[in-house]
Amino acid sequence: MIEFKNGERVCIDDRAESRHHRVPAYAKGHCGEIVRVCEQQCRPEDLASGDVNGPKVVVYRVRLRQVDLWLDYTGAANDCLDIEIYAHWLRRAS
Amino acid sequence: MTHDPHDHNHDHDHHDHDHPHPLQTDHAEPSSHYELMGVALNQLLQEKGLYTAAELRAQIEAVEAVSVQSHGARVIARAWVDNGFKAALLEDAYAAVQSMGLDAGPAELTALENTAEVHNVVVCTLCSCYPRMLLGRPPLWYKSAAYRSRVVKEPRAVLREFGTVVGDHVQVRVHDSTADLRYLVLPKRPAGSESMSEDELAALVTRDAMIGVCELSL
Repeated sequence: MIEFKNGERVCIDDRAESRHHRVPAYAKGHCGEIVRVCEQQCRPEDLASGDVNGPKVVVYRVRLRQVDLWLDYTGAANDCLDIEIYAHWLRRAS
Repeated sequence: MTHDPHDHNHDHDHHDHDHPHPLQTDHAEPSSHYELMGVALNQLLQEKGLYTAAELRAQIEAVEAVSVQSHGARVIARAWVDNGFKAALLEDAYAAVQSMGLDAGPAELTALENTAEVHNVVVCTLCSCYPRMLLGRPPLWYKSAAYRSRVVKEPRAVLREFGTVVGDHVQVRVHDSTADLRYLVLPKRPAGSESMSEDELAALVTRDAMIGVCELSL
């Protein structure tokens, strides 16, 4: 699993997942910046099916720009949204 | 024809009569699938000995006994009067809260400082994640589909509906509590509160200010 550092640019995977997961649709496919490296946690997809022994992954806080998320955003240009994303949903921005 | 008091359209969509109805129906509708699943799960877990009915009752009582003034507000007031504590809170809120003798709960906690440049506001778009050990149970609006869907997309409009106007020179930072962290907003200390004691300051701090939908003033 790739590990990221504060300030790195990452993108959130845009993929379907039929199991319970914690990535809201509005954030999928968007790119932003790592602002905090959090503790490791079990994957929600595993926990939802009763697997408490799955691998733990790092949770990151990712900062997305509102003007990137919403085409019709009317607030300030530097308004942002910070969201927790598990490592297995992130890839390095190309 | 004699007048029967019930000789009217008794379609309950049309309350055009003056006799009172009970606030709660005498015969509730059958429980939903998920309500029944919850009842069954609770019974099974107790039968398997994972917890007792008394332990469940005590846990509900403990969660509902958390008051904003005796928990979250004390954390904020301490941060306002003690710069060392404030730095510790912003670095590791969980450890800082525990150091006050308060239970920070089961999740990693993050404090978000409101400043002249940044206004923070917290939401959980996927459910109702909330720092219950510091703020008690979340308000109904926090769990509403309207708040959860709108505050991520039009935070300034939602804040205005709460009476909070954030200037364009201030960055609005929405925090979506989607996973394992919980958030506590550290509001700006109100102007004019410089001579107040820690206890007096704690009395100023409100739940909504710690969610980030309002600011505080004297």
